[in-house]
Amino acid sequence: MPDKPKVAFYWCASCGGCEEAVVDLAEDILKVVEAVDIVLWPVAMDFKKTDVEARSDKSIVAAFINGAIRTSEQEEWVRLLRRKSQVVVSFGACANSGGIPALANQFKKEDILKFVYEDAPGIDNPKKTRPQLESQDEGRTLTLPELRAMVRSLDQVIDVDYYLPGCPPTPKIIMAAVGALLSGKLPTRGAVLSPDVALCEECPRKDSKPADLALTEFKRPHQVQIDPEKCLLAQGLICMGPATRGGCEALCPAGNMACTGCFGPTSRVKDQGAKFVSSVFSNIVSKEEKEIDSVLDGIPDPIGTFYRYGLSKCLLRRKLN
Amino acid sequence: MNKNSESVPSGKGESLPSRHGGPMPAEPKIVAFFCNWCTYTAADLAGVSRLKYAPNVRVIRVMCSGRVDPQFVLDAFARGADGVLLGGCHPGDCHYAEGNYKTLRRMRMLARMLKDMGIHDGRFRLEWISGAEGDKVKAVVNDMTAKVRALGPLNMPDRFKEWDKEMVHAR
Repeated sequence: MPDKPKVAFYWCASCGGCEEAVVDLAEDILKVVEAVDIVLWPVAMDFKKTDVEARSDKSIVAAFINGAIRTSEQEEWVRLLRRKSQVVVSFGACANSGGIPALANQFKKEDILKFVYEDAPGIDNPKKTRPQLESQDEGRTLTLPELRAMVRSLDQVIDVDYYLPGCPPTPKIIMAAVGALLSGKLPTRGAVLSPDVALCEECPRKDSKPADLALTEFKRPHQVQIDPEKCLLAQGLICMGPATRGGCEALCPAGNMACTGCFGPTSRVKDQGAKFVSSVFSNIVSKEEKEIDSVLDGIPDPIGTFYRYGLSKCLLRRKLN
Repeated sequence: MNKNSESVPSGKGESLPSRHGGPMPAEPKIVAFFCNWCTYTAADLAGVSRLKYAPNVRVIRVMCSGRVDPQFVLDAFARGADGVLLGGCHPGDCHYAEGNYKTLRRMRMLARMLKDMGIHDGRFRLEWISGAEGDKVKAVVNDMTAKVRALGPLNMPDRFKEWDKEMVHAR
């Protein structure tokens, strides 16, 4: 019997939701397991780093890597997987563009460590102990990976062949990607494996989006009874649809929630947050600076709102501080 | 503005050789987007009127200030601009009726975002300059150049390299 293609799954700075997405394939996962040999999947199977190191280079057909790159250990792992794999698929928003972890790029490493180990409510750490790269315990030397000063997307550390967007990617686009890989019908290298159109195109509320949104205020979801039929932007909610790639079939707007942008931008966009500002904010009604400013006050955290899943890929990459 | 701006070395292209052979302080680079109908015409007027102003702006002519996507501003900073200046027609005077209002709304938001990203507000400026205001081009460019010079180089390209040095195999 010929060898089945070998596939690896790995996670870096992530929440586990991308692993959950693989399990969400439901019965389809049996087809995947039938077609491939999984040689690494830390969340579900017991393989060690040495098992991967022992493989010959390029012997893994595809590595699906989720999570942002935050520590020295993650850098080491993804470089190892790059060496051993023919194809690397950046899996999910964190790997693609930093995701939620990349919001930490608004803070200095020292401030993060100080808050977490000294100032956070409920912390009991009178000696102000912090993780050390190396420490001694009963004559043994213990080591820990280093926390990097900033959060990176996977392609800021290694070369990436394909991207699966989403927080997490939907079962449908995962299966389409696996199908393309197994059949050898691969798109152009570097492609994002999801339709290259704005989310609004597949939103059930599309027809209620007016040509001019005529925005007079921005509301947060808890401040408004959301109309389940009408365009969310037209209701004054920040919906990232116009600056976000489709492919999720508008799951959130269909569930009466505004899009938060997890599929990242389309191929024509360099910076998702700036593009969102370009497309939506010109639709404020007022022509007066002060009135415009008071409308903008309805968005208390612009960076966290427009770059919720993509601060690593903001053209400025991080806050200067 | 922040400690980093002093700790990061300036780019190779930034220090100009002085007549005496020693390095001169880096000259600020300002990218300016001027609209075809008003501010660019004003810059032309400044030229034919032989008004002298700081040579630090690189002017890009756009048909309307409304053409300037906030991405252009971030891209200019990311590629090494120390300041970005936007010039459009006065409110009510836009050749396309509403373009400058769209610009105003977008740029009020962008200014907040730049502040949140730690970019000093002196590095980004929106001005309304009509075709008759050659002297205002001179005043604005000189004033902005002086302010950006005082802030020091922003130098994002070198910062990016500096940030990536923490990786074992920096790319």
